Amino acid sequence: MTEAATPVPIEASSPFELRVNLGKDLPETTVKEALATGDMGFLHSFTTGSFLDGPGGRVVAWTTGCGWRCQYCHNPDTWTLRNGFPISVGKAAEELRKYTRGLAKMNGGLTISGGDPLMQDRFTAKFLAAAKAMKVHTCIETNGFFGEKLTDEEIGTIDLVMLGLKAWNDELHQRLTGRPIEKTLAFARRLSALKKPIWVRFVLVPGLTDDPEDIAHIAEFAAGLGIVERVEVLPFHQMGRYKWKQLGIPYPLDSVVEPSVEATQKAIDVFRANGLKAT
Amino acid sequence: MAANVKPTAPDTPAPWDGFRPGLWQKEINVRDFIQQNYTPYEGDASFLAKATPRTLGIWKKLTTLFVEERKKSVLDISPIPASITAHAPGYIDKDNEIIVGLQTDAPLKRAIMPFGGYRLVATALKTYGYEVDPKVDETFTKYRKTHNDAVFDAYTAEVRRCRSSHILTGLPDAYGRGRIIGDYRRVALYGVKRLIERKQEEKAALDSQPSLDDVIRDREELSEQIRSLKELMQMASNYGYDISGPARTAREAVQWLYFAYLAAVKEQNGAAMSLGRVSTFLDVYFARDLEQKLITEEQAQEIVDDFVIKLRIVRFLRTPEYDALFAGDPTWVTESVGGMGDDGRTLVTKSSFRMLQTLYNLGPAPEPNLTVFYTPTLPEGFRHFVSKVAIDTSALQFESDEIIRRTWSDDGAIACCVSPMVIGKQMQFFGARANMAKCLLYAINGGRDEESGDQIGPSVPPVLGDVLNFDDVQARFEKTMEWLAGVYVNAMNTIHYMHDKYAYERIEMALHDYSPLRTMAFGMAGLSVVADSLSAIKYAKVSVVRDATGLVTDYKTEGDFPKFGNNDARVDQIATWAVTTFMSKLRKHPTYRNAVHTQSVLTITSNVVYGKNTGNTPDGRRHGEPFAPGANPMHGRDTHGIHASAASVAKIPYRDAQDGISLTISLVPVSLGKSAEDRVGNLTSILDTYFGSTGFHMNVNVLDRDMLIDAMDNPEKYPNLTIRVSGYAVNFIRLTRDQQKDVINRTFHGSA
Repeated sequence: MTEAATPVPIEASSPFELRVNLGKDLPETTVKEALATGDMGFLHSFTTGSFLDGPGGRVVAWTTGCGWRCQYCHNPDTWTLRNGFPISVGKAAEELRKYTRGLAKMNGGLTISGGDPLMQDRFTAKFLAAAKAMKVHTCIETNGFFGEKLTDEEIGTIDLVMLGLKAWNDELHQRLTGRPIEKTLAFARRLSALKKPIWVRFVLVPGLTDDPEDIAHIAEFAAGLGIVERVEVLPFHQMGRYKWKQLGIPYPLDSVVEPSVEATQKAIDVFRANGLKAT
Repeated sequence: MAANVKPTAPDTPAPWDGFRPGLWQKEINVRDFIQQNYTPYEGDASFLAKATPRTLGIWKKLTTLFVEERKKSVLDISPIPASITAHAPGYIDKDNEIIVGLQTDAPLKRAIMPFGGYRLVATALKTYGYEVDPKVDETFTKYRKTHNDAVFDAYTAEVRRCRSSHILTGLPDAYGRGRIIGDYRRVALYGVKRLIERKQEEKAALDSQPSLDDVIRDREELSEQIRSLKELMQMASNYGYDISGPARTAREAVQWLYFAYLAAVKEQNGAAMSLGRVSTFLDVYFARDLEQKLITEEQAQEIVDDFVIKLRIVRFLRTPEYDALFAGDPTWVTESVGGMGDDGRTLVTKSSFRMLQTLYNLGPAPEPNLTVFYTPTLPEGFRHFVSKVAIDTSALQFESDEIIRRTWSDDGAIACCVSPMVIGKQMQFFGARANMAKCLLYAINGGRDEESGDQIGPSVPPVLGDVLNFDDVQARFEKTMEWLAGVYVNAMNTIHYMHDKYAYERIEMALHDYSPLRTMAFGMAGLSVVADSLSAIKYAKVSVVRDATGLVTDYKTEGDFPKFGNNDARVDQIATWAVTTFMSKLRKHPTYRNAVHTQSVLTITSNVVYGKNTGNTPDGRRHGEPFAPGANPMHGRDTHGIHASAASVAKIPYRDAQDGISLTISLVPVSLGKSAEDRVGNLTSILDTYFGSTGFHMNVNVLDRDMLIDAMDNPEKYPNLTIRVSGYAVNFIRLTRDQQKDVINRTFHGSA
């Protein structure tokens, strides 16, 4: 697998910018090879100094490609693999290397998010291995749907998994994300068996995911795993709305208002009631 | 405590009782006094006291006056030309003040200081609707030459051209140069009489030197210094205090020190009238008093609060042009807090905490310009406290204690914003900054100004062809820098020669050792514009657009290019090259009084002014748009987060920018974490990373852009909103609309 012919600049902008078709000119065979080997991946952008994507101050790589269609996604431009720009795993590691000293000082590390990093499971595995070789703390943020694509050894190179648990009820989950929850739960159980720490991320959407009973089921499940270090309740926001509009995708949550401080606290309390650390 | 009572305390022991001996007793050596006597503090902020009703009462009186002042811009002007003894004593609340002394006879009443420049004074008076006293007018137009007159007598035509074309702006040729920190602590420690004796010794030692220019000037300066020390005693005496001997208590130490500072701001209106590094020094006295149970913690804090109130009401009379360059009435009463000593003990004391506590007790304010000397090895309690204060008030700036201590000394202090010096042993010849972006455009246009078309630089052939070539432009740029450096040194030598001659800072220099180290502080503005422009030329394709006379007035850039602020070596190297190269050009030219060349990458608010006067640049910046402040990446072009942005700036080599490198960051609160505790910890880790590497300076703002937008339209809701801009803090609602928009347009890390 060779590097792309023209050196790809890493001037990828912030995750807040709409980025499309950056990889559209690549031949299909190249893309297939990339996915198969992981020597090349597709990124929307990357951020540094983030305190909101895992412990400490982190470098976050935002992959493109996601099989889910969550109604509240604020980065729908990351759904499509080819919206990202191609980058070799060597180049990605080189960029990460610039930050290793600072990451140690900030008790941070690398987070691979997106999109769903497990859609590019080979690239993610290789990038994680490169990070571990540099003694950088690693984290992936995923819905877990393709968790079985990682071997136990590869899971061993992940220090922390940030797992999205979005709804418990089957019908609700399917409506909300376009997918059933089974595989996510299976992945979570596997991580528990491997004693791999998890942070659960739950998005609170008024009128959609705020049923206390449904949340309680999620909380019970999470508590039962024994490895959930914390739960982050993320209040829904509308910062992604313009992306849906620009992409021409009908936006189902257009009129939803952000949850109140009280509503957010209620959700947090449900998790805490199950013995979990929640914020 | 009732005010204006001569501290009698008949059972107070001799002033130095309880102090450990050292070199400081035999020679004027404040650093040694501190090292022998101070108490490092490694705990947290829980001991601090809140404001007393007395303090809040005084502050409330002033707050009412501030509202008046904001309406009129200037509350009142005194017609008496300023000097150390010109004004009768003034008070805010005579019965309740603990520390006394005002610049004039009433709070917020500004003095005229014609020695720097009379035209300036006359303009300012007219602007605010005051009459010019005919006698004063006559004196300074007929009988007494001013610094401003003299400088223009000696400027070359070339310097004048560069000023009017705005490639050199903000030079202190019509206002006080500032950037001198008297060691005000000496007055508290030794009393004025001892200091006069020392100066007389220094002067007598020159008797045996041959009487040539330098020596004659030095003898005269020393005489003026001695005179000013006597006037200082007279001024204090007018307030009912005998400061001929050392201070005996904490309150006296603060009062003596403040009197010395007050004399300086009565005599001079330098742009920056910085305080030095007084907290740890004063803590020796506070610790002694507390130990002897002469005061309580609440009283100690009250003294500090009252002192800081005085520092907050220092005022100078300026013109609107000055205000555009230095918006918001800054005085740069910079106090340097914290740091480590050479022997490994921290210099953080309880008074370091007390000084910062004033931001809570009195509310946030831009002055005094509280500056933390930061290093990751500082005690954790202090590091967490300063992070908390920064998040709560956005009023702090941070400087690298490591770099300052190892370059200069562990008794260094910041003058103005980012410029370190050894207290009492070093002074700076301030020189504002040169417009590097315009310098680049001159290089492209063969020395012609892109706005006026006038030939300002030496006439050389301009760039040929339609597409800019990097090697060609870089070579031309280097030659243009060479020319500009020559003009700049020329201007500075002229300015400082005349300032010494016509507006000498007598009392400030009296509080220095004879013959301090002098640095000549040059500066550059527009660094990120230059870096991005050269990057565009190198990595993209930049075509020029010429007007009918062949002058390049615009650029068409095709393709992408790396931008400064993203930790990308390709463009970061260009920025460091520009700094190092300009410094090397400056160093080629001899300086007045053999001053050591330094430069800063700092703009204050002149980034807006410079932007207005600079045409389109190859990076895509349009004519009139502001530069980034200081060494900041251009607004919005640092897109990879704070770690990347700061990493780019940290690459600028301090050895070629020893007058300081200014970085201003704005963080959205939620980006630092969910809980207040998380945010303190995370900001601390950002500071640890930056100052544990080669970062030099950081202004820290933690606020929401929405708040600023709201404050622009509803200023009355935010009377105390303090924000840090390049090199200082300012009350946001005192900025002009353009300056406010510039601040709002900055990159807010953690937001869209």
